[in-house]
This record gives sequence, C-alpha cells and structure tokens, in this order.
Amino acid sequence: MAGDHHHHDDHHHDHHHDNRYTDMQARVRALETLLTEKGLVDPAALDVIVETYETKIGPRNGAAVVAKAWTDPDFAAWLMADATAAIASLGFTGRQGEHMRAVFNSDETHNLVVCTLCSCYPWAVLGLPPVWYKAPAYRAKAVIDPRGVLAEFGVTLPEGKKIRVWDSTAELRYLVVPQRPSGTDGWSEAQLAALVTRDSMIGTGLAREAGEVVA
Amino acid sequence: MSQCETPSPLMNSPGLPQSPEGAPVFAEPWQAQAFALTVHLHAQNVFSWSEWAAHLSHEVHRSERADDGSDYFDAWVAALTHLLAEKGVADEAAVLTLQHSWQRAAEATPHGSQISLDNDPLR
Repeated sequence: MAGDHHHHDDHHHDHHHDNRYTDMQARVRALETLLTEKGLVDPAALDVIVETYETKIGPRNGAAVVAKAWTDPDFAAWLMADATAAIASLGFTGRQGEHMRAVFNSDETHNLVVCTLCSCYPWAVLGLPPVWYKAPAYRAKAVIDPRGVLAEFGVTLPEGKKIRVWDSTAELRYLVVPQRPSGTDGWSEAQLAALVTRDSMIGTGLAREAGEVVA
Repeated sequence: MSQCETPSPLMNSPGLPQSPEGAPVFAEPWQAQAFALTVHLHAQNVFSWSEWAAHLSHEVHRSERADDGSDYFDAWVAALTHLLAEKGVADEAAVLTLQHSWQRAAEATPHGSQISLDNDPLR
C-alpha cells in the first residue's frame, strides 16, 4: 500500500461543522461570485494578485519552529507532545485558537498534509496556502497516490519509505517537520531556518540541502 | 506572473497592515482574497483611488471598530460592499443573499469535498 490515510482518531470531530464559512469568508466569496458572473472578475487573476502580494512572513514562522526542533531536543519533544503549546510559546498563534499537530519525518516515514478547505491551513505558521493546495485534484490524488503527487513536486523517496497522508480539518491542522539535512552540524537556528521551505512543511518537498544555501 | 509590475495604488490604502518589506499582511486567506478583489476591480477602473480611499477611511474610523486594528479587513470588506452598491455594480441585498447561500452550501458540504454553491439546499 502506497500510503496510509489517517483520520486522526485521537480527536473526535463532528464533520458537519468542518465546513463553515464565517460571515466575512462568505461575504468575500459572494462578492467574488457576483462579480465573476458579471464578467468583472477573473478568479485566476485574483490568484495571481494574491501570489504577487503575498507576504513571506508566514512560512518563516514555521521555519523557525522546525529549526528550533532540530537544535533543541526538549523543544522537539514538546512539539511532538503538544504542538499547539510549543508553537504558541514562540508567539505564533492563529486567531481562532486552532489546534496544531506536528508530524515528524523519519528514515522510515514521510508525512504529507492535505485539505480542500483553506480554513484548514495553518496560516499563522505557514502563511497563505498555495493555489495548488486548494485544488480538489491535489487532495484527491494525494489520498490515492501520494507517491505520484510527490513525483509531480520532484520528490522521489526511497522505495521502502512509508508515506502517511494527514487530512486537516478546521479544528486540527498539521505541520510537517522535515528531516534535518546532513552536513548542518553546528549551524545556528537562523541558518537552519533558511533550509526550511513552505513545501517541506506541507510534505510536498524536503528541506533544502546544506549546499543549496550560503551558510 | 511578473514581480515587476507596479504595485497597485491600493498598497497606500489608509491603515493597510504592512510587513517591514512592504508587503501587505493578512491574518487569514479571505483577507488576501478581499485585497486582491479590490486591486483587480480598481485596475479595471470600476472605481477610482479617491473613491476607494474615502470609503475605506470612513469604515476604518467608525467608532465601533476595534482599537487594535484586528477588524481592519472587516472594514475593508464593508467599504468595498458599499462602494460597489453605490456604483450600481453589486446590489447589497443580492450580495447578502449570495453570502447566506455560500454559508448554507458550506454547511451542507462533507469534509474533503470542494464547497460549491450548488450544494446550497435552498438554491
């Protein structure tokens, strides 16, 4: 089997409430729908504008969390046991108090996070979700063929490595902690953070190699 | 996509939160979407910069707004809604009807499926 599909049975969810739009979320969608119907708005153009202006701050928060986990075993243990509290201790909290769970990549296992709702994305840590993350095709394929999805992102894992797919909900969001690249002994947290890409924290990428950045 | 395009004048919107690098800061995706929508409409001359600035400024300075600016984009969306109504582009009642339709559609959509307006049971 190519991958396990986990429904995080440690948290009980009423799935009926997973999909809920706040007034503001729904208002923006309504404006977009109405203006698209009138031919005044091209949704694809909106995506381009968001990408153009998107702040890069979010993913840097997540990278700081990962770099700390790589260098501080106590923090890593805390992150594994209670990611919500460990991440909040660094000052990165979502506005809705959502729960976070960190899943650690290892020699045996690679983790990949999916969801079709942008409300399931940990913005406080990762910034805004990439356009492809919201595409139904990404989630559908990630669940059925995670190895194929990784290949599309240029990631090839060793034959025997297991892939776990985690399905985010509005209440529980995941952060992938990629493996620390070799050749980075003695690096500072700031140097290490530069190796941590947004995609590596979703699981569609790996951390950059030591040689890819100027240490 | 070109990174070299001239930034929209809307970057100078009154009170817009910005990072040290001069990028707008969004707390949630809908805020980025609202920002993009406004930039897009302005670029198509649906309204002028001064019309936008006046509406936004009015909304931002309403007495019921939060002191810490946490509802800045609520004000932004209110300003956009009123401006589009005034311009005769989008009727407020029609927007509200669609808004409720999206909320019902979201509630009726099982987790993991794309939310579509067609899922609104009353539509």
